[in-house]
Amino acid sequence: MTDSNQGTLPFKPKSKLFEGIGSGIIRVSAFTALIGIFLIFVFIFKEAIPIFTSEAVQETASLDKMVFKQEFREGRDPLWSWAPNSRQPKFSLMPLVLGSIKAAVIAMLFAVPLAVGAAIYSSEFASKRWREFIKPIIEILAGIPSVVLGFFALIVMATVFREVFGFTYRLNAFVAGVALGLAVIPIVFTVAEDAMTSIPQSLRQAALAVGANKWQVSMTMVLPAALPGIAAGVVLGFGRAIGETMIVLMASGNAPLTTASLFDSIRTMSATIASEMGEVVVGSTHYNVLFFIGTLLFIFTFIINLGGDLILRRIKERIQGKVT
Amino acid sequence: MGNGTTVLATEQINQVLNNIGDRKKSQGIIPKSLTLLSVLLIAAILAVILGNIFLGGIGVISWEFISQSPAHGLEEGGIFPAIFGTVALVFLMVIAVVPIGVLTAIYLHEYTRPDSMITRAIRISINNLAGVPSIVFGLFGLGFFISFVGGFLDSVFVIADDRPYWGQPAIIWASLTLALLTLPVVIVSTEEALRAIPRELREASYALGATKLQTILRIIIPQALPGILTGGILAVSRGAGEVAPILFTGAAYYLPYLPTQLNHQFMELGYHVYILATQAPDIDKTKPILYGTVLTLLVLTFLLNFTAIFIRSRMRSRRVAD
Repeated sequence: MTDSNQGTLPFKPKSKLFEGIGSGIIRVSAFTALIGIFLIFVFIFKEAIPIFTSEAVQETASLDKMVFKQEFREGRDPLWSWAPNSRQPKFSLMPLVLGSIKAAVIAMLFAVPLAVGAAIYSSEFASKRWREFIKPIIEILAGIPSVVLGFFALIVMATVFREVFGFTYRLNAFVAGVALGLAVIPIVFTVAEDAMTSIPQSLRQAALAVGANKWQVSMTMVLPAALPGIAAGVVLGFGRAIGETMIVLMASGNAPLTTASLFDSIRTMSATIASEMGEVVVGSTHYNVLFFIGTLLFIFTFIINLGGDLILRRIKERIQGKVT
Repeated sequence: MGNGTTVLATEQINQVLNNIGDRKKSQGIIPKSLTLLSVLLIAAILAVILGNIFLGGIGVISWEFISQSPAHGLEEGGIFPAIFGTVALVFLMVIAVVPIGVLTAIYLHEYTRPDSMITRAIRISINNLAGVPSIVFGLFGLGFFISFVGGFLDSVFVIADDRPYWGQPAIIWASLTLALLTLPVVIVSTEEALRAIPRELREASYALGATKLQTILRIIIPQALPGILTGGILAVSRGAGEVAPILFTGAAYYLPYLPTQLNHQFMELGYHVYILATQAPDIDKTKPILYGTVLTLLVLTFLLNFTAIFIRSRMRSRRVAD
């Protein structure tokens, strides 16, 4: 009797040991992401530590030498210079930071109006059929590997832009920035559109019921309510633009200049790591400085992501009515 | 009866309100066309990029191109080693990332409460992992996998006398680096699938006397399989396109052999594109091969993406049908 009953049960009782091992494996695996992010910071910062401790490293690459203008030759004007392989190595980070900011700002100026405009159209005006056209476009754009965007900027865009605008340098901040913008559009669009469509339908209906037209609803209600979400999208997009590597490596010209012009060649922090890490002597000052740049990139994007996340969670809680 | 009527009523109300909203159409025409313009502009840019690559690359692609090795300083021949390397790389990556990603999602969804401290910490880590620049992953691969883990293995098992065996750029380190990079993709996709499994299924399983682990192995995971598959495919597509993390963890400019061991270096499509575009002595001679390689890479990633989108939308429509 008991036997036949047991036979019909779909599950055979397993030993406690099996259960314990199984859930143990699940618990341990779950911490991979947490441990991963911790290890990333530790192992990148570890190689940058000599900048703070070793006197030999500080001779050429102390914090203030990396930040402030240096007088490299008697009588010459002090300057910011990144020239790690010259006879007198120069490790000023300012040209690289400026390069990253230039490219990212151009990318944002190009991407934000397009992405937010498209997001407004998609959530406020588009018919269902149009929306089914817009979403895949953004997904395809997001699916293009950045090395392909870099390739396109280098081979096609740079030539066309020089013909049209008459640039002195074929590869410059503008070309790299626009290509970078293409990589940023999907992020800004997705977050912004999400913010707008998550405004409760009842709010729209209330406004429509008291006689507002659709555009008034969008402008006076949806957009202001979704503004923090759009801001979060812009912030996250900026983080991506600063960290993106292959596009700027291929299309920016890679010259560490400190000019104000947006049409000169630039060199970004990420591209510097990418192009110099392969040839550097392990353990040298140059090696330490490259890891220091990596640490800066990590900390910067970490803060940006945490900030963007915080905004998005606040909005979610507010919409769900947890916070007034 | 109640539910159907409510839906109908809501739809009617929406219809009426939309009509009221549309009545003063003229006021919205400028902003509507301005925002439409940004959609069309994005679509046009995308069309130009894809069109350019397609037209430039389609003439190059042939059986010889996909099946032969590069020749004559990359100016002739095919890209077979790069395709092989890419496939091997993402294959190893998937073996590492899918189990860990799925188990993490299961832990987050089945084992903890959503507002517990641990869940929050893991979630914050996942989000940040997704935002860490890919070049930083490359540095991590170099500092952690190659120097630390590889160096440690070399000091324990002496295989070659003086040359490092594990402590050098290799396909295993590159794929593990990519696995960490794509971990968030798998977790997010699996979690979406877990969320869609009805509570009743779990309760029914428990009621029949199954333990938690049995429920997970025989009910939850089979139910979530399409989501897991989607996550795996998206991770592969992402991993196949990333170049920065493999720059100094194992990708090679040119190799006379295929990577057949875990500590071999490898050629890769994305890296090949970067090399052809930036290091070629005569760009006009390499251009056809460059376009062909870009097209191959794009077709590969798009096919993967479309498959993932297809499985996901089928999964969603099935859920609606249920």
